[in-house]
Amino acid sequence: MDPVVLVTGFLAAAVRVTTPLLFAATGETLSERSGVINLGIEGTMLAGALAAALGASEWGPWGGLIAALVAGMVTAGVFALLAIGARADQIITGTAITLAAIGLTGTVYRRAFGAAGAGLSIPTFPPLRIPGLASIPVLGPALFEQPFPTYLALAGLPVVWWVLFRTRLGLALRATGEAGAMARAIGVRTRLMRAGATVAGGGFAGLGGATLVLAQVGTFTERMTAGRGYLAIAIVVLGRWHPLGVALAAFVFGLATAMQFLFQALGTRVPYQLFLMLPYLLTLLALAGAVGRVRAPGDLGR
Amino acid sequence: MIRIGWAVLAGAAGLAILALGLEAAGYDSSSALTALWNGAFGSWYAFTSATLVRSVPLILIGLGIAIAFRAGVFNIGAEGQFYAGAIAATWVGLHVAGRPAALAIAMVLSASVLAGAAWVAVPVWLKLRFGVIEVISTLLLNFVAESLVSLLVQGPLQEPTGIYPQSDAIAEAARLPLLAAGRLHAGFLLACAGALVLWYLFSRTVWGFRLRAVGLGPRAAEVSGQIDSPRMGAVALLCSGCLAGLAGGVEVSGVSYALFQNLSPGYGFTGIAVALLGGLHPLGVLLSGIFMGALEAGAGAMQRDAGVPSVAVYVVEAVIIMVVLLATTPKGGWIPVRVIRRIRPAAPKAHR
Repeated sequence: MDPVVLVTGFLAAAVRVTTPLLFAATGETLSERSGVINLGIEGTMLAGALAAALGASEWGPWGGLIAALVAGMVTAGVFALLAIGARADQIITGTAITLAAIGLTGTVYRRAFGAAGAGLSIPTFPPLRIPGLASIPVLGPALFEQPFPTYLALAGLPVVWWVLFRTRLGLALRATGEAGAMARAIGVRTRLMRAGATVAGGGFAGLGGATLVLAQVGTFTERMTAGRGYLAIAIVVLGRWHPLGVALAAFVFGLATAMQFLFQALGTRVPYQLFLMLPYLLTLLALAGAVGRVRAPGDLGR
Repeated sequence: MIRIGWAVLAGAAGLAILALGLEAAGYDSSSALTALWNGAFGSWYAFTSATLVRSVPLILIGLGIAIAFRAGVFNIGAEGQFYAGAIAATWVGLHVAGRPAALAIAMVLSASVLAGAAWVAVPVWLKLRFGVIEVISTLLLNFVAESLVSLLVQGPLQEPTGIYPQSDAIAEAARLPLLAAGRLHAGFLLACAGALVLWYLFSRTVWGFRLRAVGLGPRAAEVSGQIDSPRMGAVALLCSGCLAGLAGGVEVSGVSYALFQNLSPGYGFTGIAVALLGGLHPLGVLLSGIFMGALEAGAGAMQRDAGVPSVAVYVVEAVIIMVVLLATTPKGGWIPVRVIRRIRPAAPKAHR
């Protein structure tokens, strides 16, 4: 096979699989910067994915995207109510939220589409070619011929960076995460700050789930997020709680996951399950290398 | 007494939410709940062969998670450790034909215990050596375990004809004896014995006291009791992995007799609900394990008889977890509040 075609396809696939991770990790960055570790992000993505499927079959892909945004924010809102409002343990609350999301999405999905789930055709986002930029050899088609959600994820990054590091709101948010008691002492409404960051983060996670449905798979299946939310949490650690680092870490994951397409194209007879394991193993390795040299927000998880 | 009251309330709240949800979704909730009850307790056969059989892995995993939570560490990877145990049990079980049953079963179960411990040893090592928090590492290894099972049942461990993605049936000698007519196997006795042993360890031994002390306040335990908190946490995680691995071994050797994908319908996560509902008390875990076993067995009947998807019980489990958690949060009673402090990498904070 022509190596240029191969590399282009590989990069395009990497960008495609990066997108949902990028959304989720950006959202988790926001909430962790405010001191909240949201393990429910896995369930939030799942809720977003189902909402996207239902919304898109009713109102088209744009409706699906908005439905997913709302579903993500609502799910994260429930988490915020329990973990921030009632001060329940964040780790266990997050696990419970994910468990509830698996149950709810499974039930609603079967109720809506029947046990087989057959005949579910969802309008999806077609690849959007950006004139000019898409003509750049190799990189062009990989980066600038993607479905709309990819551009949205890329646009979200600088916005989150700007809010976190260039606004008073972001300063208050980071102060809340680093030293909640001190932030409260200077008049920051820390619980509101945390709830806000968590809900906004949930919106991002919902969009991540929507991307899976509307720009990749084209349908909803039960437990389709398959741990991407948890990967996103690891990516935030690897990206050192900074939007740009997080983007880089997410893309490395995209590359690792896209390896399976590359090897399939090359006709290698390596069991595909090895490639399914790869991102998780890589995360563990990277965490071992990264932790110790990075510092989490001071009040994370309190 | 108050704890038992909360636990009962949590169970009732979960079922009430289920009924309301079913009603809202347009199902006939009374016939669904009747199907659930009949599937779990409707007959002696249903109780022993569905409920109790289902409760065995839940009790074993729940006990393991209770050890970890008591020591203030999180094990969210019981699912992966269960699979590791199941893989080891299958592999050994395929190679012990012709040996005396007692020996074969002992070999199968010890292999599963070791495999569970080995699977959790990775997060333990990562935590002690590099400070990687066990929440993430145990979680991620669940997915590796699932892929590994998929790889094995379509590769090295696949049944000889190569048609079905599952292993061959394990040797007769490696199968746990059945207790009565029906499907209830000796693993249930093992789970009961495990609960009793753990109760003794927790409440009557120095080891149990140290474990609980570390969970309630690692610094205090270190300063006033000269207890090595990180080491205690590591030991608790390893014990937790052993029990989850054993659950996998017992499931293969007592119920499925073979390895296949989705052998566990999320036991690792249900085990968290079991441990919390049982108040992290071994005997409480025994009871809550039977309750959750009934719930899941009943959910299967509910899907068959009333057409309600069985995944709906996950919502019930989540509600139970949250009610128990909220009921105990203000005083930090059941869950050591200080667990959370460990989440952060061990960068010492400068005093200004």
